[in-house]
Parts: sequence; C-alpha cells; structure tokens
Amino acid sequence: MEQLIREKIKRVKKGDQAAYSMIVDFYQDRIYQHCFRMLGNKHEAEDIAQEAFIRAYINIDSFDENRKFSTWLYRIATNLTIDRIRKRKPDYYLDAEIKGAEGLTMYSQLSSNDPLPSEEVESSELNHYIHQEISELPPKYRSIIILRYLEEFSLQEIASILDIPIGTVKTRIHRGREALRKRLRHV
Amino acid sequence: MEIHKEKIILMHQYLDGEIDKIKEMELFTHIEKCEACRNHFEELTQSISMIQSAENIQAPSGFTNNVMRKLPKEKKRIKYKRWFQTHPILTAAAIFFILMLSGVFSQWNQDNELVVSKQEDLIVQGDTVIVPEDVVVDEDLVIQNGDLLVMGVVDGDVTIINGKLINEKSINGKLMASAGEVNGELQIVDRVFEWLWFQVKTLFKNVFAFSAG
Ligand SMILES: [Zn+2]
Repeated sequence: MEQLIREKIKRVKKGDQAAYSMIVDFYQDRIYQHCFRMLGNKHEAEDIAQEAFIRAYINIDSFDENRKFSTWLYRIATNLTIDRIRKRKPDYYLDAEIKGAEGLTMYSQLSSNDPLPSEEVESSELNHYIHQEISELPPKYRSIIILRYLEEFSLQEIASILDIPIGTVKTRIHRGREALRKRLRHV
Repeated sequence: MEIHKEKIILMHQYLDGEIDKIKEMELFTHIEKCEACRNHFEELTQSISMIQSAENIQAPSGFTNNVMRKLPKEKKRIKYKRWFQTHPILTAAAIFFILMLSGVFSQWNQDNELVVSKQEDLIVQGDTVIVPEDVVVDEDLVIQNGDLLVMGVVDGDVTIINGKLINEKSINGKLMASAGEVNGELQIVDRVFEWLWFQVKTLFKNVFAFSAG
C-alpha cells in the first residue's frame, strides 16, 4: 500500500490531480476521525479534514518522499485542529456550539442516522462520553493521547508528527495520562 | 510520599515500554503492598483501555469528491501535457495525419503564390499586400508568401508566413511609408519549422477550444 501511495504522490507532483483522489480515499477515515477526536464535533471535523487534504495537495512539492506520507498528513491535520481550537471563544462548549449550528447535540448527531437497539445506545452513550472527555483535555495532551492510544502511533512517530523532541513527547504523554486518569477514574 | 511519586514515574515508563527488568520488579513489588499506588496504576490502565474502546468513525459520504472539487484548478497546460505524455505515439500520429489530410506539407512545397486571407479594401502590388491609409481591417489577417505594408489599421491578429512586415515601398515612383498600426498580435513565420508549429498550434487551439466549450 505504502508503495502505491508513493507512486500516486509522484504523479500528483507531476501535476496529475486525478491521482490525488485515491490518496484522499485511502486516508479520509483516519484523518476525519483524528479531526473529530481533536475537535469533538462532526461539522468542524469535516471542515478541517477537508482543509488538511487541500493543504497537503497545495504543498505536495514540499513533501519529502523519503518520509512517511501519513506522518506528514497527520501533522497538517493536527496543526489545523490546534489552530481551530485556539480561535474558539474561551466559553466554547461542545453542546452550545452544535446547538447553534444545527439544533443537535453531538450525541444526537452521532446516533441520529438510524435508531439503535438499546444495548447499542448504551455503547454509543459511552462512546460519546469518552470522546467528550478526550476533547476536554488540554490540546497539547489531547493530540498526544489520541495519536498514541486511538491511532496507535509510536512515540517516535508522534515526535515527527508534532515536530517536537521525543523527550517532550514522553513528558506530555505522562501528564496526559494523569489528566485522563483524573477525568475517568470515577466512571 | 516521595517514594510513591518515584513509583508513579516508573508506572509511566512501564506504560511506554521504557523500563528495565530491575525497575519493573521494583515497581510491581511496591504495587503489591501499597494500596495507593495499586489504585493509581489501575486507574491509569483502566482509563487507557476505556478510551481505546472508543468506536471508529468514518468520514461522511462524498468526502473525497468534496475535497477533489475544492482543489485549485489544475492548469490546462498540465492537463494537455499529461494527455500528450500518456499518449505520445497517438499524439504524434494524430498531428502527422491531420497535417497530411489538410495538405499542409504539399502546400508548403508547391505554393509560392501570394495568398491573402482577405482581399477587399486591400491593395496587392506584386508580392506586397498594402493596407491603405483609410482602411480599418477588423478581422485577422494571414498573408502567405508575401510582405505586408500597413498604412491603415489592423485590429485583428496578423500572421505573415514566408514574408515580412515592411516599412516602405515605392509604388509607381511614389514612396509609400508605413504609418499604420496593428492592434492584434503580430506573428511572422518565415521558416518551415516555425510554420509547421504555427499550423499545429492553430489546430490544437481549435481542438481544445472546441472540447472545452
Ligand atoms: Zn506507593
């Protein structure tokens, strides 16, 4: 797969726009999910995930083909989500924002597509709860916790996605786990 | 208290897979007998496994298409270039075939006669075409095998094949000087290769204008 992606990137660099659609197809779920976990709502996640793919396309010439494309793409997406979080008003709340936009809470958005049997509602409630807890971690811990435990990157990969020294990754993941523990220990 | 803090650091090293055997033994020996540290460790591992139970979600349908639609437009040049690159033989064959069909090659070889794309209002004197002072040509002008003297105005593009734009000419003993202007693009083609290129360019301009429209 990695080889196929490499070939597509070479073609995109030569100006073949159509070759890019396969790359978007391949990474769309992972990048969208990453943005959703960072931002905590679907509307913004879609917006930022699209922006990430567009930025990657525009800057494709600066991508070093000896490196992993996924790392580079995650870096763009993560930076965009952090920018978006910074631009939010300080009183930003998950429920408030979505109520304003569509009159739906994140939970009802998650489950509105089709009615679920009761045990699935329970798992969806838990799912909603988890995502909410994650999205309330400070952004610098949030990104690391998501990359490490939900997207299963190694510490070294996280260092290159976030462009920070591995020592910083270790300190932050340590604090991130403690922050998470304090939020979730009474569940 | 300090001793528990130390153990908590070891817990994190353990969770990152960065602990040696001796320290690991030390950690678990302590956890067994210290309830506070045991709870702390359990809370850490449980909160990790809890967030790992989060379900995967998928990008909304039509995501890829939406991205592709928003990409900056690929330059047309690149699109054509790609077409030529992916079909080089076909391209060469097509150009050659079309040139053959349109009689371009034979035209160049046999035809040394003066050809003007427009006759009315213009004066043809030998091998020179003259746009008189009071004439405004509002269309494109193509002259083959002859020179052009502009005293009036040409608003369209001017192409001179196998000839040149001249500044003056003596007609019946009277010197005519160029005082006019060409407002369109002026192209002078005086070699076979350039002329061929002009033909191909014109042809493709038309083909692409057609396919784009
Ligand atoms: Zn202890």
